[in-house]
Amino acid sequence: MRHEINQLETAKRFQAPGTRRDFLGLAAAWSAILALVMAMLGAMRLPMPSVFPESNSKTKLGKPDRFASQSTTYFPQHRLWLYRDDQGFHAISSVCTHLGCIAERAEDGQFHCPCHGSKFDAVGRVTGGPAPKGLMWVELTVSPEGYLVADTLKEVPQGTLLHA
Amino acid sequence: MSEMEIKSSPMDQEAAGRSVRSGAPLREFARNLVTTPREFRDSLIRHGRPTSDRARSQTIFSNFFLHILPVRTHVHSIKAATTLGLGVATLVLFVLLCVTGVLLMVYYKPAVDQAYDSMLDIMHVVPTGRLMRNVHRWSAHAMVACVMLHMARAFYTSAYKRPRQFNWVVGMGLFVLTLGLSFTGYLLPWDQLAFWAVTIGANIAQSPQELTDALGVTGVFDLGRTQKELLLGAHNVGQEALIRFYVLHVIVLPVVATVLIGVHFWRIRKDGGLVRPSRADPPELPLCKGGGTDAAAASRRAGITASPAAVKTYGLMALMKDRTPAVNREMQNTIPTWPNVIYVIGAATMFTVLIMLVLGVVFDAPLKEMANPAVPENPAKAPWYFLGLQELVSYSAFMGGVGIPAIVVLGLALVPYLDREKEDYGVWFSGRRGRRVATVSALFAAVTVVAMLWFTVRFGWLRNWPSTSQVPQIVITFFNPGTIFVALFATWSIAVVKATRSTRMGAVALFTCFLVGFVILTYFATVHRGPNWDFYWSMEDWPVH
Repeated sequence: MRHEINQLETAKRFQAPGTRRDFLGLAAAWSAILALVMAMLGAMRLPMPSVFPESNSKTKLGKPDRFASQSTTYFPQHRLWLYRDDQGFHAISSVCTHLGCIAERAEDGQFHCPCHGSKFDAVGRVTGGPAPKGLMWVELTVSPEGYLVADTLKEVPQGTLLHA
Repeated sequence: MSEMEIKSSPMDQEAAGRSVRSGAPLREFARNLVTTPREFRDSLIRHGRPTSDRARSQTIFSNFFLHILPVRTHVHSIKAATTLGLGVATLVLFVLLCVTGVLLMVYYKPAVDQAYDSMLDIMHVVPTGRLMRNVHRWSAHAMVACVMLHMARAFYTSAYKRPRQFNWVVGMGLFVLTLGLSFTGYLLPWDQLAFWAVTIGANIAQSPQELTDALGVTGVFDLGRTQKELLLGAHNVGQEALIRFYVLHVIVLPVVATVLIGVHFWRIRKDGGLVRPSRADPPELPLCKGGGTDAAAASRRAGITASPAAVKTYGLMALMKDRTPAVNREMQNTIPTWPNVIYVIGAATMFTVLIMLVLGVVFDAPLKEMANPAVPENPAKAPWYFLGLQELVSYSAFMGGVGIPAIVVLGLALVPYLDREKEDYGVWFSGRRGRRVATVSALFAAVTVVAMLWFTVRFGWLRNWPSTSQVPQIVITFFNPGTIFVALFATWSIAVVKATRSTRMGAVALFTCFLVGFVILTYFATVHRGPNWDFYWSMEDWPVH
């Protein structure tokens, strides 16, 4: 008999909204869940790298006078095309913006990606295929010693030229 | 107390014997030594030979590895058409993968400058190394296939319905884990295919940028970049990525999968065993052969309605909600698990292992040249089960690689909660109407997918047409052949729900559409996509370079 009454009370308590005990119980439960989630997030911080193996993304490409005017040079290790025209230098990354394959540069200067058929024109604008954006224009600077330096992780707007 | 009584006490006799006959302990020791094997067997197996129903029950009940099985199993559960043995085959493949995987770990070195060499060693120097690697690779492929077929079986026999809804969700988790295990294992050989397939995979993880770029919020919320960095530990696939994939492949994912497999099996028991149709339990059926038989029949004849076991079940029922095994009916149509079910499981196990061994002996797992980050494989094809996705990815990286898979997995996981019709469970396609819906849906999906593929190959897509060549990326993301499939399939299944007034029929239609779509896309990408992801009728037409 007493057991039944207890059950009834339990049932009532669960139905009645917002008694003090409910509130404390819920607060405790949610605190525990929150603590667990925060701990998980904290643990997930470890595999988030703060230093990258490629952190030194700057590469010396050579002295500017090494490159003739109207010339294009490929740096396979850095997946980079360096262009020199009358106005100056610019560099375009050959890494396809779709899924990271390496786009090949055809004779006419256009880029074709072998993986899913993305196409880019001579200045890296998308002309076909699934690529979401144009090829990356890489930041070029001149080091104090007078070397041309490319930072393969820094993007500059299309058409940016380094006058040298 | 009389003298007689004292003499007859065994304790005293023993004490007296000990003091008088000094040779006795030695003899006892010798006797113990001789009987040790038998004593050991009795301590290991505490019941006699499984010649009686009681001993057969104990064989199952008191064995750690077998106690996940019920002591008696319904006859329907061991019929071939009930499960096709796919669940057992999947488990066997998982065990086979663990065994061969641990053996491969003995020689494999997860370092970019040693991984490929250790693969060559395994293939050419290590005793049985080639066979172990072949079996590992073919078992991985077979496991993906078995998981998918097992899911289709569970779906078409309504095995996802109450009370099995949650186990269906656990199964979806195992499906995703199986794909994760395959994907992480794919990088380890460090050959060209591995490197470029994983480069593509990692960039798919980055592809939410396609969406955040279009919305202009990548600067504040760059999910794609976070996912890629978490996966690779770098900007490109390299040493960091290799060790991460290795850790995921050999420890993290197998452990999670093992736990989930345990939950999956445990839930089968708790959810009332394998699903079976009502016709498997006709109300008045003569008792099966070997089925519990004499005692049950005798008690029934005697009009006894409550056996001790039934009382116990009733005691449990006080604690449990929902339907429990029917009281007084548990003997009907059941057979002892030992040896009947054990034979069936054993046969499925041996068949699976045999197939894998034959494949491993006859076919070598491919190994291309060593990974070269400067030259992409052309075409860089993922393993077959990802090729359907790769076709979708060639329309939009985000939708094909993240959006549509997420919709499909989420949609599948929600099926038991959206379709709650209580028609007869355990019937393939829920009967004749379901078979017709499945057939028509398969035709619909086949025609739709083939027509869209033909259109895309023949005419290209938005960027190839002058008037739409400059459309913003967001339009292509949401309006491409892949999203059109999904939208058409969803519309079709809603139409089926309306026409048949049945959510189960709608679910059958949707599931069939996705299954057929998956098969056709996989076939198309495997056979008809070549270099530059261009269309070719066959591999022989590929240009030589």
